[in-house]
Amino acid sequence: MVYSDKILDHYNNPRNVGSLPKNDPNVGTGIVGAPECGDVMKLQVMVNEETGVIEDAKFKTFGCGSAIASSSLATEWLKGRTLEEAMRIKNTDIVNELSLPPIKIHCSVLAEDAIKAAINDYQKKREEIVHGNGKGAGKPVAAGPDLASKSS
Amino acid sequence: MKLPIYMDSHATTPCDPRVVEAMLPTFTQHFGNAASRNHSYGWEAEALVEKGREQIAALVNCSPKEIVFTSGATESDNLAIKGIAHMFADKGRHIITSVIEHKAVLDSCKRLEKEGFRVTWLPVGKDGLVKTSDVENAIEDDTILVTIMLANNEIGTLNPVGEIGHLCKAKGIFFHCDAVQGLAYEPVDVQEMGIDLLSISAHKMYGPKGIGALYVRRRNPRVRLDPIIDGGGHERGMRSGTLNVPGIVGLGKAAEIVLAERESDAARLRALRDHLRQRLTTELTDVTVNGSLEHRLPNNLNVSFAYVEGESMLMGIKDVAVSSGSACTSASLEPSYVLKALGVHDELAHSSIRFGLHRFTTREEVDYVADLMVRTVRRLREMSPLKEMADEGIDLKKVEWSKH
Ligand SMILES: Cc1ncc(COP(=O)(O)O)c(C=O)c1O
Ligand code: FES
Repeated sequence: MVYSDKILDHYNNPRNVGSLPKNDPNVGTGIVGAPECGDVMKLQVMVNEETGVIEDAKFKTFGCGSAIASSSLATEWLKGRTLEEAMRIKNTDIVNELSLPPIKIHCSVLAEDAIKAAINDYQKKREEIVHGNGKGAGKPVAAGPDLASKSS
Repeated sequence: MKLPIYMDSHATTPCDPRVVEAMLPTFTQHFGNAASRNHSYGWEAEALVEKGREQIAALVNCSPKEIVFTSGATESDNLAIKGIAHMFADKGRHIITSVIEHKAVLDSCKRLEKEGFRVTWLPVGKDGLVKTSDVENAIEDDTILVTIMLANNEIGTLNPVGEIGHLCKAKGIFFHCDAVQGLAYEPVDVQEMGIDLLSISAHKMYGPKGIGALYVRRRNPRVRLDPIIDGGGHERGMRSGTLNVPGIVGLGKAAEIVLAERESDAARLRALRDHLRQRLTTELTDVTVNGSLEHRLPNNLNVSFAYVEGESMLMGIKDVAVSSGSACTSASLEPSYVLKALGVHDELAHSSIRFGLHRFTTREEVDYVADLMVRTVRRLREMSPLKEMADEGIDLKKVEWSKH
């Protein structure tokens, strides 16, 4: 596979690798993909609750170079945007920016999904705080903040 | 040290310079057609072909008359399997093979299945080995052919082909063995191992591409094949077409060198491979070798580096030519069927790298690759959500992933 310079740049110098405190009420976490499929993306946003602006974004990705580059680019784009603006980021924007080949388009779809999952998680958290019902119960799913039951 | 470093010898090997040297005169001087009976050009070419036949025969301990030249092992596999099936369809319509064979074998068998033959696809254990007892249990009254490879091209595991050969002899069933990956490193004796048909490819043993051979037994029993290619009746009618004299000279020379140097080559490669394995497994955590270490080619190492995806590793070690079982590197986006057959979890199949050392691999190269591999895996694990979750004590198998 021949990669574009932009993919190589994000792969070699990924922006915003890391984690934000997932229990912080201002942090939204999205985890998409599955290890069996060869790609898992974790994307987190830290939102200023007053302005609705994303002040920080971090990612960790298990996947090919294009998946790493897509999530790195996504975090770069997220910072400084409002939630509404962030929701409008499309996978095709990522495809164009990174010149992803057709076979790698699903890596950009994953990044778009991760953005949406992170924002949805943040918004769910806010609702729960507003309605005062504390922590959400139910089955842990990878798209939510409480990833899974710890193994004993 | 020359970059990039080539460690993909299961895909192909570089030609040995001695092979190239032997081939050169066949292009401009001894360029005759080996089938030309009326002049010295033809006689010269024929002599070269017969010498090549002898060199290959010596490598596998058969008569030169039992060697049929082909365009490569894909053709040899097709000719052996379809040739037997079509010739002996009246005798029986059942074939036994394994799920980790090369596609040339698998797809030949699949085609026969479409034609109405029955095929038993034997599984392999976690060690990647076919069990002789499984072959025995699969034999039916109308089994005509067993086809099992000597060495697997992804994980380098070595099947008990001698045992399987003896079993087939005892039962009067033809035994075909794809020996492509093993010939340069393992002794093969078709008499001792009870092999009736053996596929050979030059470019996996330091010879040129586009030339191969099929050993076809002539005595005890005499094996007849229905040809796939019709024409001038070359190669005892089993494979028509003007002989590839340069290729045959190259294959012959490659076989001669292997016979002389196989043992020392194998010992040297085993030490280098073990050094690579040692470094990777001691300097990194969560590294698993796929398939048996004991029954394995000396030049193969197939390892999974948990929590990092194969293609991203290949990108990080771009000065090294290796391959991965990851779906992301394949056109089909499916992880390796061989690793799957071993019961390797899909996630670890995505994390696998195949190292194929070869005759010209140096210790310096091995250390360079080990350094780069360790650095790359560490860097990628720092950005791996799976590594982070595992470190937090989360059981990755219990997570409900959002598949897409
Ligand atoms: C085990 C095995 N069989 C057959 C082949 C096909 O050989 P060739 O490239 O000569 O057609 C290969 C090469 O990939 C192989 O590894
Ligand atoms: S993660 Fe598999 S192709 Fe990108």
